[in-house]
Amino acid sequence: MNEPAIQLQDLEVVYRVRGVDRPVLRSLSLTVEKGESYGLVGESGCGKTTAAFTIMRYLPRNGRVVSGSIHADGDDLLAMGEAEVRRLRASTVSMVYQNPGAALNPAIRVGDQIAEVFRLRGHDKGESLDRAQEMLRKVQISDPAGGMRRYPHQLSGGGQQRVVIAMALASDPTLLILDEPTTGLDATVEAEVLDLVAALRQEFGTSVLFISHNLAVIRKMCERVGVLYAGRLVEEGEAETVFTEPRHPYTVGLLRCIPRGGLRKDRDRLDTIPGYLPQLGAHLPGCVFADRCGLVKEICRTDEPPLHPLGNGHSSRCHFHDKAAAVPYTGSSIPAGAAATANGEGLVKLENASKTYSHEGSTVRALVDVDLSIAAGETLGLVGESGCGKTTLARVLLGLTPADEGSIIELDGRRLAARIVKRDAAQVRALQTVFQNPDSALNRRFTVRRIIGRALTKLVGARGEQREQRLREIASSVRFDERLLSARPVQLSGGLKQRVAIGRAFAGEPRVVVCDEPTSALDVSVQAAILNLLADLQAEEGVTYLFISHDLGVVRYLADRIAVLYLGRLMEVGRAEAVFNPPHHPYTEALLSAVPTLEGEERPRIRLEGEIPSASDPPSGCVFHTRCPRYLGAICDEQEPPLAEVERGHFIRCHIPVDELRRIQAEPPPPRVLQPTESNTTS
Amino acid sequence: MARFLLKRLGLAAITLWLLSVLVFFGAQVLPGNVARRILGPFADQAAVENLNEELGTDQPILTQYWNWITDLLSGDLGESLALGVPVSELISDTFVNSAKLAALAFVLVVPLAILGGVVAALRRDTLTDRVITTGGLSLSVLPEFVTGIVLILVFGLWLDILPVSAVAPPGSGFFTQLKYLILPALVLVLLLFGYIARITRAGTMEALDADYTRTAVLKGLPRRTVIRRHVLRNSLLPTIAVVATQTGYLIGGLVVIETLFNYPGMGRLIVTATRQKDMPVLEAGVLIVGIVFLVAMLVADLAYSLLNPRIRHAGAE
Amino acid sequence: MTVLEDPTAPIIIPTRDEAKIARRERIRLLMRSPAFVVGLIILAFWIVCAIFGSLIAPQNAQADDILNKLAAPSGDHLFGTDRLGRDVLSRVIEGARTILIMAPLATLLGTIVGTAIGLVTGYYRGAIDEVSMRVVDALLSVPIIITALLAIAAVGTSRLTLILVIGVVFAMIIAKTVRAAVLGERELDYVQAARLRNERSPYIMFVEILPNVMGPIVVEFTVRLGYAIFTIATLAFLGFGADPSIPDWGTDIGEHYSFISAGVWWAVLFPAIAIATLIVAINLIADSIAQTFER
Repeated sequence: MNEPAIQLQDLEVVYRVRGVDRPVLRSLSLTVEKGESYGLVGESGCGKTTAAFTIMRYLPRNGRVVSGSIHADGDDLLAMGEAEVRRLRASTVSMVYQNPGAALNPAIRVGDQIAEVFRLRGHDKGESLDRAQEMLRKVQISDPAGGMRRYPHQLSGGGQQRVVIAMALASDPTLLILDEPTTGLDATVEAEVLDLVAALRQEFGTSVLFISHNLAVIRKMCERVGVLYAGRLVEEGEAETVFTEPRHPYTVGLLRCIPRGGLRKDRDRLDTIPGYLPQLGAHLPGCVFADRCGLVKEICRTDEPPLHPLGNGHSSRCHFHDKAAAVPYTGSSIPAGAAATANGEGLVKLENASKTYSHEGSTVRALVDVDLSIAAGETLGLVGESGCGKTTLARVLLGLTPADEGSIIELDGRRLAARIVKRDAAQVRALQTVFQNPDSALNRRFTVRRIIGRALTKLVGARGEQREQRLREIASSVRFDERLLSARPVQLSGGLKQRVAIGRAFAGEPRVVVCDEPTSALDVSVQAAILNLLADLQAEEGVTYLFISHDLGVVRYLADRIAVLYLGRLMEVGRAEAVFNPPHHPYTEALLSAVPTLEGEERPRIRLEGEIPSASDPPSGCVFHTRCPRYLGAICDEQEPPLAEVERGHFIRCHIPVDELRRIQAEPPPPRVLQPTESNTTS
Repeated sequence: MARFLLKRLGLAAITLWLLSVLVFFGAQVLPGNVARRILGPFADQAAVENLNEELGTDQPILTQYWNWITDLLSGDLGESLALGVPVSELISDTFVNSAKLAALAFVLVVPLAILGGVVAALRRDTLTDRVITTGGLSLSVLPEFVTGIVLILVFGLWLDILPVSAVAPPGSGFFTQLKYLILPALVLVLLLFGYIARITRAGTMEALDADYTRTAVLKGLPRRTVIRRHVLRNSLLPTIAVVATQTGYLIGGLVVIETLFNYPGMGRLIVTATRQKDMPVLEAGVLIVGIVFLVAMLVADLAYSLLNPRIRHAGAE
Repeated sequence: MTVLEDPTAPIIIPTRDEAKIARRERIRLLMRSPAFVVGLIILAFWIVCAIFGSLIAPQNAQADDILNKLAAPSGDHLFGTDRLGRDVLSRVIEGARTILIMAPLATLLGTIVGTAIGLVTGYYRGAIDEVSMRVVDALLSVPIIITALLAIAAVGTSRLTLILVIGVVFAMIIAKTVRAAVLGERELDYVQAARLRNERSPYIMFVEILPNVMGPIVVEFTVRLGYAIFTIATLAFLGFGADPSIPDWGTDIGEHYSFISAGVWWAVLFPAIAIATLIVAINLIADSIAQTFER
């Protein structure tokens, strides 16, 4: 029987909140054929996770299916009793979760958790353990025998997710559901895990339902894709088609929001989607997207658009799908006088910046001899994976964490004290920051007026009417409605909170603003607005940014120059185009190839073997040598290469001479054999 | 793990030393003139001075402390002012009695409370849960003498099935002794049940709501297996710490219960010593109580580190 | 709760009363909880007794009547008489006063001092924290009753002694709770943002952090209040009540429990019930308040 792996038909799911039924999934219909990989895309609150849990028959106490049906391999899921549901979970459908560390039981060994799946299928204890170990080998845990005996906390994030995947595939399911499986993992680790999923999918022949907010990842992993908005499927079709010729205004807007190669802050602003993301269960008559749609007409508010088939499996739920591509741009124009003002003089200078932590006997060198300078008015993008030291660098610059003796931090030619309490008022004013998490960055007991007002009072000395006036100016410059000044953070959405945080940072008219992952916690459509805002502010005020991010696309859009950190050491620094193109450091090369892009595979994949080494026990010589795909030889083990200027303003820390780099980076490297002593079970 | 335990041991030693300072301060420094305090405002000056010299409380404070501490460490707990016998004798007898009562209470309450907490968590928000939680809580906030008196009235006076004093006639067998100890032990059980059950309930609910429990359920495991194999071992960790801190309440409860039931334990000894201002007995008694408590905490730390894999195998992360 | 994003979307303008509205909502939630209402009623009853004691009591609580001692409950004496012939009912009513004065004072002392200690040790950490926590642990390794007994032996029983001892021990307990809450808060970015403005430490502790830890503090206060009553009553029972001339539940029970074997139950049961109801009432209130903070 060639039944689809999973088929949802007109599924309506509600959550009962305070006595009212709130619709979470509205008439959702989708089909995943056997062997196919289907991507479900949407932002927060769209209901994608609910869809996954509904298939697993695992709704919270206040959730229920109102109507519709789900069939897995021909069986009616909603008609199943408890025992059948258990059998469904044990053999037909499996799930991989977003936070693998939390999904594994901290008190049970990893091997036993996997073996449990086999025990459930009737195998005896010894055989289950053997099969579990085999699964560990399949998910490429090095030393599977040792891995069996580990506890989850002894594995890195990537290792934990491999275990979860092993557990999910152990039952050889018909359908594998992956719910944001790589969010929170480093770029290179994410690439590994995604490759693993693709390989295993081939091997096991499993169908895949891949849920994510990251369109590039979906593009890479899925053949077909469905776009979910407010619980309704608004567009569906083959991934390539939907992403290159979208026919729904929401999809069009989403794709335009994402900073892509070629977009630069001095040439264009990112497009944004006006309005706000509806909350889970909101009441939305007519078309769910009507409130935010640039093509909206009267009919959109009264008539729910049907799913219009567009041929080849592509369909769109829009009355005006043929005009979708013509959705007007909402991105603002570049403010006048926005020419790059970077004038080459180092406004911020870091020399020999180091930070060492000693804890219970072991020393961790979070930053090692970093030399950096940032010119006035420019944006320096700082990239690297976890443990690379980018946050430490920011904290050292800001004075929140004192740098080691011998580190030199200068602002405008004057030495800055290592601790912020020793810096003078002008220096404090000049150096501010925007944090990653707007929830923790704003005091939840204060009103917005007080939050920004306090900064004004303390940094500028403004009081009374003058302060009020300045408050209004700031609110306007960050596009924050004045009427909201009396609100508290808990009443604001993520994007609005971040605007407040930005307003606070700019209250004292700073010269340098450190942006530490300012958009990582925000949805895609909101992120674009904030990035635009940051770019505008830079153009208007001439402020300098140190922009930290793990998202290379975002960095590429905003940064003039880029610095790449690995294990606390500067691996490469130079102008953005120079760093993004060969010749560049092998780590940069691998990092760029690991990040999936919307355009599809433009770069060949370079796999980095192993996990990121622990900062308390870094490799000898060049710290990257244990994973370097361009490993030269013994010299990489023994000697740390100096940071050499290979072109004007472009520095690379590698033993390979730049001309050699240029030559060999024209083609992908041969696969490298892991040395027997290396392991990827510890980080 | 060894590192963790050594650190705890070191901290306990420091805390114990600080306790000795506090006890000393309370007993020898606070009263000002110790002999005057003991003999009262009407005794004549010569008698007061004599007593001070006898007790050694006329010397400089640091010397006093040094003498006291060195005596303690060599086992000399001083002599009771009221009874004239070495304090160590008094303590060793009464300590065993208190230990018997405490052990009985413990053995009863810990399994009962853990069971209650787990059941309450599994039947969250039902009547069973509310009865266990609210009932347990209400009982545990009542002073021991209140619960004690009610129990005495009910079982001793009105129903007349249990003896009102806790001391069995000399030469009684094990079970007779037990019968006499039941009522006071029951008061302690009611005192401690509520809090232990509550923490167990909270720990179990947290484990039930955890992602890893969801994973176990979505693997297709039956509910009973999920609870037995995945939930329980994580839910009981916080309970261990709480059981240890409850020894503090247990000891405090002993003071009242031994007085109420006229039981010759350390609690009653301390109360009597307070009435008689018998400082040496009081000092020794308080110190011993502190030591018992700190030992209990150490045992809890040991158990916790054995049961928590994160500490047993310090991880890579 | 309104959640807003873009200025062009229709919005509900928050008024300056948002904080008041939140507080009103919390009170409304409390009023709906039966536990809270019951607790409040009982507490109110005892407060009335404490304030108007001698006016409500049917007879003089101090009046001896030896001839009538240990009389069972009857029409004349609803709760019977005690060993000195005094009317138990009147003593129960008037006995509320002592405890309802001392317990809140001790708890208030403990809360204020404990909050200050908790804030300082939690924020600064380092040596201050380590040393303070060791001292706290040392003091808390002995149950409060026993610590109180030691203090009583040293300086005698008096209201001040009791309030101070209980206050100090509670300060230690509350300091631990507040410290834990502060440790959590100080990692949040708004504290870092304050440091980036070079705000002085007292400002950060008391203006930025304190409002965010008020929840646990309020809960601790109400819970500790129950324990203060518990402790004061217990000490009175043991014979260390504050003032023997004033009617006091604990002291009365302490003086009369030996009469139980003779069948005299009324002189102990009624004061015991008084203590029980008061403590349970306070704990019901404490619990309800704690639950509203959990939402």
